[in-house]
Amino acid sequence: MISITKQVQDRINAEGERDYPNETCGFLLGRIERNDVRESDDIIPVVNARETEEAYHRFVILPQDFLKAEHEALAKNKNIIGIYHSHPDHPPIPSDYDLEHGLPFYSYLILSVKDGKADKLTSWRLENDRSGFAAEELKV
Amino acid sequence: MAKVLIPTALRAFTDGSSEVEGAGKTAGEVITAVTESYPEIQKHLFDEEGKLRSYVNVFIGDENIRNLGGLDAPVHEGDVVTLVPAIAGGRP
Repeated sequence: MISITKQVQDRINAEGERDYPNETCGFLLGRIERNDVRESDDIIPVVNARETEEAYHRFVILPQDFLKAEHEALAKNKNIIGIYHSHPDHPPIPSDYDLEHGLPFYSYLILSVKDGKADKLTSWRLENDRSGFAAEELKV
Repeated sequence: MAKVLIPTALRAFTDGSSEVEGAGKTAGEVITAVTESYPEIQKHLFDEEGKLRSYVNVFIGDENIRNLGGLDAPVHEGDVVTLVPAIAGGRP
């Protein structure tokens, strides 16, 4: 289960709407409590590094941006616990491409943006054997 | 022997360790040594064809091995090898 603050939800929605019709992306910062309960109260938006003509359905975060975010998280005494991205005009369900590129451990938040308006936000975790994504309970 | 730093996402496969050691003279040998010590990490680093997955970046010190000859990049005693994920995804 992952719990995010209303502010985190609002910021992800705003990022998704701002970058529409392209995909937005960034990191979720927070803590992981016992029993793998996750709490996020902050995000680090990151520039989608995919070339412009592909950014409507793809995102990539460069390794140097990852390292920078990890240092920023540590400076705030937090951890990167997940990644958010948007699916413009598409359901918030992991794609085969997400599965191919997904990492275990992280909570993958996916925001559906319909006609430029933020819609449903969901969370997913990659199975350790890479067989698929499992839905993760998301609370705001 | 090189020190290999493991990103948070993959520590579940190294018994929780953020640092492991791998023997080898190249980046490829060092990483393969890590997968031999921790077999479960293999499928997250390499695809079915044995190629390094596109989201796995390997740094020796501050330099990405893409600029050093790829998996053949030389690793010297005491070097620090860092695995850095490039995060990617997207709708169909």
